[in-house]
Amino acid sequence: MMMCKEATRLMSLKQDRRLTFQESLSLRFHLTMCGACRQCDRQFSLLHRAGAGLESRLANASGDDASRQAGPGRSE
Amino acid sequence: MTSSPPRMERLVAARPRLLSFARLHLRDNALAEDAVQEAIMAAIEKDASFAGRSGYETWVFGILKYKILDTMRFQKQQGRLQPLDGESDDDAIDRQFQENGRWHEHARPENLGNPDKVFENEHFWRVFDACMIMLPDNIARVFSLRELMGLSTEEICRALDIKENNCWVILHRARLRLRACLQQGWLKEEMA
Repeated sequence: MMMCKEATRLMSLKQDRRLTFQESLSLRFHLTMCGACRQCDRQFSLLHRAGAGLESRLANASGDDASRQAGPGRSE
Repeated sequence: MTSSPPRMERLVAARPRLLSFARLHLRDNALAEDAVQEAIMAAIEKDASFAGRSGYETWVFGILKYKILDTMRFQKQQGRLQPLDGESDDDAIDRQFQENGRWHEHARPENLGNPDKVFENEHFWRVFDACMIMLPDNIARVFSLRELMGLSTEEICRALDIKENNCWVILHRARLRLRACLQQGWLKEEMA
């Protein structure tokens, strides 16, 4: 079975390109069994959203509070 | 478009934020200052071409991104960028895993909280900033192009002249380092 270190490689890859069917299947299988990796997967997604949100946060910090939310709004 | 305050004032007000964005990418104060200066000059010169589809600041940030990329390309041509090495091992990452590939107990990923809530917290962004600064330059460069600028790995490869596979390896390292750093800085201090 795939180990956590290898699973994190696929979680990271998933943020950058579409996984192959095989990759996606083995990652999903690992995630159902491993709570730590499920958290890691969430952390990677949070990093992705944070990165995307940083620019809009800086660009909109000038008191225009309506659009201040550091949302994603960017495709993968 | 009538905007208040006038655009010059908005540029002045945005300057520190433009600078922190440029610094995250270029990791050098002088280079960041230059890129921001050029972006502001370009924004003034091209003022008429601001179409008002996005916010003014967003438009200026868009200009700055081009300037940052130009700077990186130039550094690359001059051979001033540390080479990107996707082959050798990364100790900071090996420390998170046991030899059998499972997480070390001390590095086990934890719940960072609901992203919407987390992003509202100023302290989170300070930790994020600090963690970015702690990344090695060559890793940070690829990560910021991918996640802060939203370039595809294909575009990054073209800009930095590296192999896509190399890019993925580096992004994997960047994310593992950042997640460990965030978890440390964010969860630990939140409890304190």
